[in-house]
Amino acid sequence: MSKLNSLAISENGFIFKPSTGESFTTNEIGLLIISFLKQGKTADEIINEITKEFDVDAISAGRDLYEYLDFLKREKMLD
Amino acid sequence: MSNQKTITVAVTGLNNIDSPGPGVSVIRGIKDSGLNARIIGLAYENLEPGIYMPGLVDKTYLIPFPSTGSEAFIDRLAYINEKEGLDIIIPNFDSELYLFIKYSDQLLNMGIHTFLPTLKQFEERHKDNLPEYGEKYGIKMPVSKAIQNSKELSNLPKPLSYPYYIKGKFYEAFKVNNNNQAVSYFNRLSAKWGLPVVVQQAINGTEVNVIVLGDGEGNTVSAVAMRKQYITDKGKAWGGITINDERLLEITHDIIKKTKWRGAMELEMIKTDEGEYYLIEINPRIPAWVYLAVGAGQNIPEMVCRLAMGEKVIPVTEYEYGKMFIRYSWDLIGDISDFEKIIIFGEL
Repeated sequence: MSKLNSLAISENGFIFKPSTGESFTTNEIGLLIISFLKQGKTADEIINEITKEFDVDAISAGRDLYEYLDFLKREKMLD
Repeated sequence: MSNQKTITVAVTGLNNIDSPGPGVSVIRGIKDSGLNARIIGLAYENLEPGIYMPGLVDKTYLIPFPSTGSEAFIDRLAYINEKEGLDIIIPNFDSELYLFIKYSDQLLNMGIHTFLPTLKQFEERHKDNLPEYGEKYGIKMPVSKAIQNSKELSNLPKPLSYPYYIKGKFYEAFKVNNNNQAVSYFNRLSAKWGLPVVVQQAINGTEVNVIVLGDGEGNTVSAVAMRKQYITDKGKAWGGITINDERLLEITHDIIKKTKWRGAMELEMIKTDEGEYYLIEINPRIPAWVYLAVGAGQNIPEMVCRLAMGEKVIPVTEYEYGKMFIRYSWDLIGDISDFEKIIIFGEL
């Protein structure tokens, strides 16, 4: 199972990492990014989805996405 | 209540205080199980909370400290057995285990079953033997040294360096950053728990613990991993959560397989950021957080009772991750007459 798929994520934005017992909170965009990553979407596809869903341009969406990917990798939640 | 025969189980460690003994949690596990059990509390102090907790024990007896000597200890157990007809004793303190293991055959002759490690298993995992233990069983451990004299602290062998932990023979550990601190803690720990005092290199990482039950033939009957979420100033878990750490459980199964450990134990390990695991301590008994394992789906106190009575117990591997425990303190209101009975008669 991938690291991302092993996470328990509630619709309220509460993330539980069963391998370490750590928990995190995330916002709506974070939840959306995780959901798209689980679906196997590429970065460009995710940026496109974010711009459609929120009132944000592609540059800001890209910045948000890469910041969030850094966070997921730093916390060892992403392979 | 099931229709099966009533068994009488004696349990020590009723000191449910800020550094809690495991007895109350063990009893809760037994009461939650399918066992039809009568519980006899064995207490060393007359103010151990478990004596007075409503609905917990059917009767409590004071017993002499193991340091009083084996004769007084066994005589008292014989007296209690005569009154209560004990089937099982679950000892829960490191400091009493030696006597219970040494006299387990004598207890069995009295009809009292235990499920404990052998004396060899018990002795070889002592804190002062951990380096040899790690080498023998291929377990990674921080560098450590048993110290008999405080003068040795100023001349510790390399690579031991500050900060390190200084640990009592049975309980308590302090992180030290200089020689003055080390000497002060050495004097405190040696006065309280005797010699040796153990110096162990501090390892950076997250502490993770496993409660595990071995059948004595190399099989892991039960194992639940936990991360402490809140640690008291005494280093005790005041909150914890079950985790799914596959590597940690793999190491645990390997230790049980190689050591053929018989009974329950707690492994205390440090997981580094690089994903390496260092064994820092083995507690040769059920830990106080055992009720978390019960809540997560593995009733270890029940399994210990069944194994002690010679039943075959099917190993359990599944448990629920993300189950939490949070300790709390609660003021019980008691009556002086109960206290009087414990003081005067040594039983309640």
